[in-house]
Amino acid sequence: MGHTLFAKIWDAHRITATAGGAQLIAIDRVFLHERTGAAALRRMAETGRSVLDPARVFAVMDHIVDTRQGRGDGTLMPGGESFITETRAAAQAAGITLFDVNDRDQGIIHVISPEQGIVLPGLTLVAPDSHTCTQGAFGALAWGIGSSEAEHAMVTGTLRMERPRTMRVTFAGQLGPGVTAKDMALALIAAHGAGGGAGHAVEFAGEAVVALDMEGRMTLANMATEFSAMTGIIAPDAKTFTYLAGRPHAPVRFDDPYWATLRSDDDARFAREIVIDAAALAPMVSWGTSPEHTIPVTAAVPQGPERAHDYIGLAPGAPLAGTPVDAAFIGSCTNSRISDLRRAAALLKGRRIAPSIRKALVVPGSLAVKRQAEAEGLDKLFEAAGFEWRMSGCSLCFYAGGEGFPEGSRVISSTNRNFEGRQGPGIRTHIASPETVAASAIAGVIADPRALAREEASA
Amino acid sequence: MMPVSTITSPGVPLLRDNIDTDTIIPSREMKTTGRTGLAEGLFAPWRYTDAAARVRDPGFVLNQRDAIGTRLLLVGKNFGCGSSREHAVWALMEFGIEAIIAPSFAPIFKGNCIRNGLLPIELPVEVVRGLAWQMVSIDLADQTVSAGGESWHFPIDAEAKAMLLEGLDAIDLTLKMKSAIARWLGADRRARPWAYLEKSK
Repeated sequence: MGHTLFAKIWDAHRITATAGGAQLIAIDRVFLHERTGAAALRRMAETGRSVLDPARVFAVMDHIVDTRQGRGDGTLMPGGESFITETRAAAQAAGITLFDVNDRDQGIIHVISPEQGIVLPGLTLVAPDSHTCTQGAFGALAWGIGSSEAEHAMVTGTLRMERPRTMRVTFAGQLGPGVTAKDMALALIAAHGAGGGAGHAVEFAGEAVVALDMEGRMTLANMATEFSAMTGIIAPDAKTFTYLAGRPHAPVRFDDPYWATLRSDDDARFAREIVIDAAALAPMVSWGTSPEHTIPVTAAVPQGPERAHDYIGLAPGAPLAGTPVDAAFIGSCTNSRISDLRRAAALLKGRRIAPSIRKALVVPGSLAVKRQAEAEGLDKLFEAAGFEWRMSGCSLCFYAGGEGFPEGSRVISSTNRNFEGRQGPGIRTHIASPETVAASAIAGVIADPRALAREEASA
Repeated sequence: MMPVSTITSPGVPLLRDNIDTDTIIPSREMKTTGRTGLAEGLFAPWRYTDAAARVRDPGFVLNQRDAIGTRLLLVGKNFGCGSSREHAVWALMEFGIEAIIAPSFAPIFKGNCIRNGLLPIELPVEVVRGLAWQMVSIDLADQTVSAGGESWHFPIDAEAKAMLLEGLDAIDLTLKMKSAIARWLGADRRARPWAYLEKSK
């Protein structure tokens, strides 16, 4: 019987069994950020331990950095500066590579790792950040851990792991116009639950996945954690190798026969299989307080937990489209890459956001994305439409106590979590694709981006 | 880390599904790079009507008289989903929680529990509900939860159990395998040179 892609990478990294019956897995890359990495670096220093191989450990400032132009170490979050200064000092002491606040390569951890060629197919990569699974889009085994595990990985070059089960999610057929990788991820979670992937490493496969560009694949893999999977992974192909070749930490060529082996064998068996008809998917928008509370933008709010209806202020049976929104956010490790910005900008071109929108932000995923967007004039286009154009960082994907949305806002957001209070106390979040955010910002209500695109086409 | 063996406590029910780590400890409550000073921020969005002024919501279960001093939380499925922040575990432990019983846990949260000595127990949802406000006894060595004359067996990985029972530090344990790791890395470096990097900057 053949092997899954997951099994090939896992088995190639298994050093030995531990006395307790777990497996000792070699870790090729560790990536930290200032919010949770600082705790790992601090404990490591306090215990007198050191990094086994500093050349393979990276850190970045992304979570609480100021995203306004002209920023420094100061944060809008009270006390946030200490995370930045401590991470900087600890990274220097540990001898690891740091992407600092205003380095030209700074950006959101999961955006810059591929940009720098730090993630590669077949590698194991961990970070104390739940969205590390994003990087599984490159055919790496990449997963999120806690700060203690990050310290373990840095100090020993390994993690002690129980082997997860395997699952394959196949998106058969092709996506319709205006339907994106974000909608694929949300549709999966809506159908199978926010806990649906627990205990599994999930391989995303099928015609619609192969058809995605690398940035779309990252968006899909990104939300494996909202599915409670250990990780998501997508077999590398020519697109993957073309994207990575020659980047700063990547090989110049991927011509070793090894790379072609990084796919699930035709006769590989998965513990669980899910098949989704990609052609039947519509743009998806969350209605409640869990990513599983998500429906097609054309649908009515279903009966959910009473608490979710109360928090979000939408009753069962209410249409989701047409719900007034007060704010719009385009950014996050899910949807902040150049193609995300281009697609949102295409809908905003020559239009203005509704006067009822009190705050609208575009936060590029990295300074490289920002420079590219500016070279294409997207910044001017977003500003002309009424969006603020920012420096890169995680920004208002979550509220850290500093910058926030206006009190009581309902936000249409290209982020990954719609938890109670995630974007601020009492703030109501609807997660959706960048297209849906743009269309809704223009309309001032939750809107189907396909209608706007049709208008565009017929104009 | 402190060893875990037996725990006896009333079970305090917070039986909502998908309770996320942003709710357990909001980002704005993570004020330093350390692991302490977090208990006050535990469940801040639910525990306080005004989190900044720390005005307690008398309706929230952890503010009720019977919950004072509890060591055991009973929660809904997929507990600890969302952000990987280990601060959620540190906050729960600093508050005094020693065990959590749930129908299921989010994977990163569960791993963080084991690494810190907070016991995550998975039992069917009906059992979890039935334990509300009962005096519950937990025996990790036997892997049993008992209350009201009944007893239930719970699963736990062998390694996690051993580490919790003995209060072992995972890094210390793994460092004992240092030479096996070094041998493996030596061979791997020849097989996969692209996986290794030279320090550039």
